[in-house]
Amino acid sequence: MRSCVVRDLGRMPFAEAYALQQALVERRKQGLDADYLLLVEHPHVITMGRNGRREHLLASEELLSRAGIEFHHTDRGGDVTYHGPGQLVVYPIFDLKQWKRDVGAYVRGLEQVVIDTLADFGLKGQRLAGCTGVWVSGAKICAIGVHLSRWVTSHGLALNITTDLSYFRYIVPCGLTKPVTSLAELGCRATRADVVARLIRHFERIYDLDTGASEGAVPKERIA
Amino acid sequence: MIDVVMPQMGESIVEGTLTKWLKKAGDRVERDEPLFEISTDKVDSEIPSPAAGILAEVLVNEGTTVAINTVVARIQQVDEVPAGPATTPAEISKPAAPPAAAPPPVPPAPAASAPPAASPALSPPAAVAAPAAPATPAEPVGPLSPLVRRMAREYNIDLSQVRGTGAGGRITKADLEAYMAAQGARTAAASMAPAPAPIPAAPPAAEVPPVPRTAPAKTRVEPMSTMRAKIAEHMVFSKRTSAHVTTVHRADVTKIANLRERLKAQFQERYGFSLTYLPFVVRAAAEALRTFPIVNASIEGTNIIYHNEINIGIAVALDGGTGLIVPVIRNADERNVVGLQRAIVDLAGRARSKQLKPDEVQGGTFSITNFGSFGSIFATPVINQPQVAILGVGAVEKTPVVVDDAIAIRSICHLALTFDHRLIDGALADQFCQKVKQILENWSEQVL
Repeated sequence: MRSCVVRDLGRMPFAEAYALQQALVERRKQGLDADYLLLVEHPHVITMGRNGRREHLLASEELLSRAGIEFHHTDRGGDVTYHGPGQLVVYPIFDLKQWKRDVGAYVRGLEQVVIDTLADFGLKGQRLAGCTGVWVSGAKICAIGVHLSRWVTSHGLALNITTDLSYFRYIVPCGLTKPVTSLAELGCRATRADVVARLIRHFERIYDLDTGASEGAVPKERIA
Repeated sequence: MIDVVMPQMGESIVEGTLTKWLKKAGDRVERDEPLFEISTDKVDSEIPSPAAGILAEVLVNEGTTVAINTVVARIQQVDEVPAGPATTPAEISKPAAPPAAAPPPVPPAPAASAPPAASPALSPPAAVAAPAAPATPAEPVGPLSPLVRRMAREYNIDLSQVRGTGAGGRITKADLEAYMAAQGARTAAASMAPAPAPIPAAPPAAEVPPVPRTAPAKTRVEPMSTMRAKIAEHMVFSKRTSAHVTTVHRADVTKIANLRERLKAQFQERYGFSLTYLPFVVRAAAEALRTFPIVNASIEGTNIIYHNEINIGIAVALDGGTGLIVPVIRNADERNVVGLQRAIVDLAGRARSKQLKPDEVQGGTFSITNFGSFGSIFATPVINQPQVAILGVGAVEKTPVVVDDAIAIRSICHLALTFDHRLIDGALADQFCQKVKQILENWSEQVL
């Protein structure tokens, strides 16, 4: 088992969380720190991956800023995506040299974590061949985009819990003209804390992590 | 010249798209400096340079998808690059120049005996090149299918020994099977033969089938760290010494939950750390220890030692599962909630960064362990010798409970007290717990 520190950052702007990721990645690359699992919720933001196409952003940056949506270019894989309130964003900072050295297995693992989490709430998440992410009845519920530097991961996944899905109208999510959905839209009443608790357990199992040493990792209602 | 290849990023990945060159032909690169970026299945990776030198040739353009192990660039190693200001990187980077063509330009002036020295100097770099080159382990020709890879691992086959007959010399399952069949005869023969010299008295040994050399190890032996060995000794010692009994009480901490919710932001802002449940429990325990001093005692032979100080140890799990340490809050009964929270944050932080002073982990008279922070409802903790009791705090969870014959949702926490029955009887232990519970449930102290 590898030790992993879980940190729930709560609501944090994208740029700030990105800077934190960068710092942790640098430390991890130098072997200074444990693996991290960052949990965060961003204020409205649209981010463009390295392979993103400008035409998949359906609104001008000016229009976005008037709508109160930030816009950022990032170094993750994948196309354009939206983050916002009600969405659980997970940034694992893992050293894959200590876990399989396999980006394919890593991404499939992220999907599995989400599929298993959804199953805990009675939802059937699925993979779609050639379209990384997790889908429920043909609608995308979780987006995945990863950056790797010397086998240390950053960025990760975004799972819609109670996300206001209307914000996705500004983009073609991940370049795919397929619908998006959320746990709430599928009739699941789970709260962020419920989802986080399950998700962490599945991360532990699938990536063989020990999150025991985390402080403030656990949902708010627990003693810390 | 060192070949830079599209690295193998995982079993199922047979190709990658080169998305961006971070260096141009002619640029100088350091070993491990990011050289280019690739994209595979929603994962973007920076690929470090396998060697220091000059990026001599770029063979694959941005946006091109190539199979793994395809050579995407060549690096001219630093040693190969003739010193001297005359040679600009650009000149070297002109393609097609075979490696041998590079050296001549500026004959080093002082070293008169240059010629003989120079030519041997040409070969060492090549030798250096070999170990430095592959960022990925030396792979046999062509990509390997996951099946072949798995078989090779399972049967411990050195793939460089296997001749590939698939497309482009690729190793197929059939190749592996053929290799194993050929090899099998040999290994079987080897393992059947009794071990040659050392043990001539073979007969009994022959009954135990010799372990084939290829069997993967089933165990791994590692000495315990000093801390782990001490914890092990201490735990068994405690179990042998005390008559452990655990009693569990349920506390309704809704009042504290509300208080915490209300003060959370203000508290964080004023003190720079968050307000958790733990200092409330420590505060309540300190009060209860005052009321029941025997819980704050220890045993020496047939004497009971009552401690006049209430020094409460707080169990802290160390990062990486490396162990457990119990720093002590001295005179805990003299601190308010803020003071206790500050002490907890400080001691836990320094415990994790290994900055505790020896006397900060000694002199405890009672301990508290907060397994609730890891989600446990209740557990049966082991007494921290020579103390006689330890209080375990379970997770606070919103729970439906009956209040005045109606069902209400309350924040519930289980308190598990393990006590040494040699000294403390059940009735007293339960009175102690009731006292803690009562203080928590009717919290009346100011916090801020």
